Amino acid sequence: MASPTHAALAHDDAPPELRHHFPDLAKQREASSLGMWVFLVTEVLFFGGMFLAYAIYRETHRRAFEGASNLLDLKLGATNTIVLIVSSLTMALAVWASGRSRKNATVLFLVLTMLLGATFLGIKYVEYKQKFERHEVPGPHFVVPQDEETHQPLPRQSEMFFSLYFCMTGLHAIHMIIGLGLVSWLVVRARRGEFSERYNTPVDMVGLYWHFVDIIWIYLFPLLYLLGRHTL
Amino acid sequence: MSTSEPVPAVRPARPDYLNASYGVRSWLLTSDHKRIAILYLITVTFFFAIGGVAAALVRLELLTPAGDVFQAETYNKIFTTHGIMMVFFFLIPAIPAVLGNFLVPLMIGAKDLAFPRINLLSWYLLVIGGLIALWALIHGGLDTGWTFYTPYSTVYSNGWVVVTAVGIFIAGFSSILTGLNFIVTLHTMRAPGMTWTRMPLFCWGMYATAIIQILGTPVIAITLLLVGAERLFHLGIFDPAQGGDPVLFQHLFWFYSHPAVYIMILPAMAVISELVTAFSRKPIFGYKFIAGSSIAIAALSFLVWGHHMFVSGQSVYAGLVFSILSFMVAIPSAIKVFNWTATLYKGSVSYQTPLLYALGFIGLFTFGGLTGLFLASLGLDIHVHDTYFIVAHFHYIMVGGTIMAYLGGMHYWWPKISGKLYPEYWSRVSAWVIFIGFNLTFFPQFIVGYLGMPRRYHQYPEEFQVLNVMSTAGASILGIGYLIPLVYFIWSMRYGKDAADNPWGATGLEWQTPSPPPTENFVETPVVSGRPYDYATGREEVALG
Repeated sequence: MASPTHAALAHDDAPPELRHHFPDLAKQREASSLGMWVFLVTEVLFFGGMFLAYAIYRETHRRAFEGASNLLDLKLGATNTIVLIVSSLTMALAVWASGRSRKNATVLFLVLTMLLGATFLGIKYVEYKQKFERHEVPGPHFVVPQDEETHQPLPRQSEMFFSLYFCMTGLHAIHMIIGLGLVSWLVVRARRGEFSERYNTPVDMVGLYWHFVDIIWIYLFPLLYLLGRHTL
Repeated sequence: MSTSEPVPAVRPARPDYLNASYGVRSWLLTSDHKRIAILYLITVTFFFAIGGVAAALVRLELLTPAGDVFQAETYNKIFTTHGIMMVFFFLIPAIPAVLGNFLVPLMIGAKDLAFPRINLLSWYLLVIGGLIALWALIHGGLDTGWTFYTPYSTVYSNGWVVVTAVGIFIAGFSSILTGLNFIVTLHTMRAPGMTWTRMPLFCWGMYATAIIQILGTPVIAITLLLVGAERLFHLGIFDPAQGGDPVLFQHLFWFYSHPAVYIMILPAMAVISELVTAFSRKPIFGYKFIAGSSIAIAALSFLVWGHHMFVSGQSVYAGLVFSILSFMVAIPSAIKVFNWTATLYKGSVSYQTPLLYALGFIGLFTFGGLTGLFLASLGLDIHVHDTYFIVAHFHYIMVGGTIMAYLGGMHYWWPKISGKLYPEYWSRVSAWVIFIGFNLTFFPQFIVGYLGMPRRYHQYPEEFQVLNVMSTAGASILGIGYLIPLVYFIWSMRYGKDAADNPWGATGLEWQTPSPPPTENFVETPVVSGRPYDYATGREEVALG
């Protein structure tokens, strides 16, 4: 080997976004992108445990689950689905705008995404509130609800449906809140003009995360609200 | 030491990662993978010591048949502390987070891991999670065992289940982030010419481990979250009274916790592959098979969890399938053992301390693996289930396997990590003391378990006492064996001889940079032009020059 001299002088003319251990921005972006996808894989497994529990218990307690599913507010759930899909569109537009150095458009789309995300959480709050008022929250205050059609009490295991409902939507909502935090961080950086054609990796990565959280909801909505439903 | 390179009397003060900057801040806020490895080293050593003290208390209680030292509940809390500290805060992070962190970038010719700040974050997560769990275990106590089986953990236990689970949950993210970092690093940061089949087998082992970390760990995270939710909010996911199924917990738990065993053993195998070839002075036999068997073990690891549940009421057909799949794990494991043996065959073997540990590993791992086949047999498992036979089996894998490899690796790379040589005589003594102490501790447990002594009780019938006394005596020797390296590693940092850049004459990029390496790892980015372990061409001579 050559004699040990100073070596850390490689990136004197490097762009400011380039971290010292990457040869160029393309490589750095590749690493960030792969890292984000790997992280999303872990998220799939994280939610996967609850999807498994849902699949098993829906099969063993079919009548309880279908009856309890009927008690969810389909209109609010459907509205929320649309809200989230539109927020994915605005997020995608933010990624597009940031990659073309359009600062104002980037900020606009990011703020729209935040508003839509906040709307989702607001509607979710209304839904949760209903559940509390009707004693449909599992635990000591749970009252076994009546079937909407027959007015007979549902099987005892309807509580399990609501356990899973709150775990799954609750964890999804926590991911939404984290997403809102990330997008607001992007807004600050975008306003400073940090994103450009050369470098918009953070917007791209948060975009992936945001889409992923949306996709979770795309699965949650039919599983919880639609499957086996017999009233609208 | 075998090297003939003269050690200069006054070493020119060249900048390395240890003297690059000083002060607590420069360590706690570092993003240098080598410094983070040192932080991990200190952390896991601390947790190992806690787990070791708990193990000593367990062996103390089992010296006599009567429950005369601790009450049953206290005893339960002690073995739970031992299990949780050792599994989640020592064995899982030990080799990947210490040696992997230090070596992966060096071995592939990179300046750092892909995400240095996430790397530091994962260390903080381990520390925070570990301290929360430790506080819960000591202050409140937990008596469920490290397995948290429901409904005991959710309904009946008076221990601090939720707080401990929170600690493990946080540390889980440490493990996930380390795995994520390794995967991205190995994909994107390899030096020019370092193709996948030129990558050292250590890196292949880390890659396979990382796959398990990212696929398995989220499942234990959600499982513990559900256990916590059940205790705090009375949800009923695992509660039969609400239509839940406690066995679902076991499925979810072992879906992570069986692969977790491979998070512990794959890095150990990765270390052994390096040690065996370096001290045989021969290219490793069957490079592609060893690399591929790591991936095969990672894949199979997710298909065998049901063998923990042969007596939990799962269907006999599920049991059959899990039994067959568990036997299949023997194939890639045996591929490795045979290839290491073939590497040693007709090599110019030098029995230095790292190889002593490696040979200890090969013997003990083979023993632990073969007894695993007993446990994978449906009929035999009913006889030995929840006895000391299983305790002995997994300690042969985890202690005889992982810790032997960890110590072997620590000795092999210590000159690179610290820039100092450890004392050869004492290191050989410690290798022998550990090997003897280990076998004296755990071999009697195979017998006493086969004779029917159940695990997790603080009392036992008198006829088992002789074997238990042997086990406790062995544990005392083992404990001394672990203290010796701790003392001389610390001693060598101050008084040890300076190490050459390549004291073993080994191949591998990590030996072609100074000991200890500079912060940026390599003076010039290396270019790789050939296969690893090229001992035939005398490339090590070049490296020494």
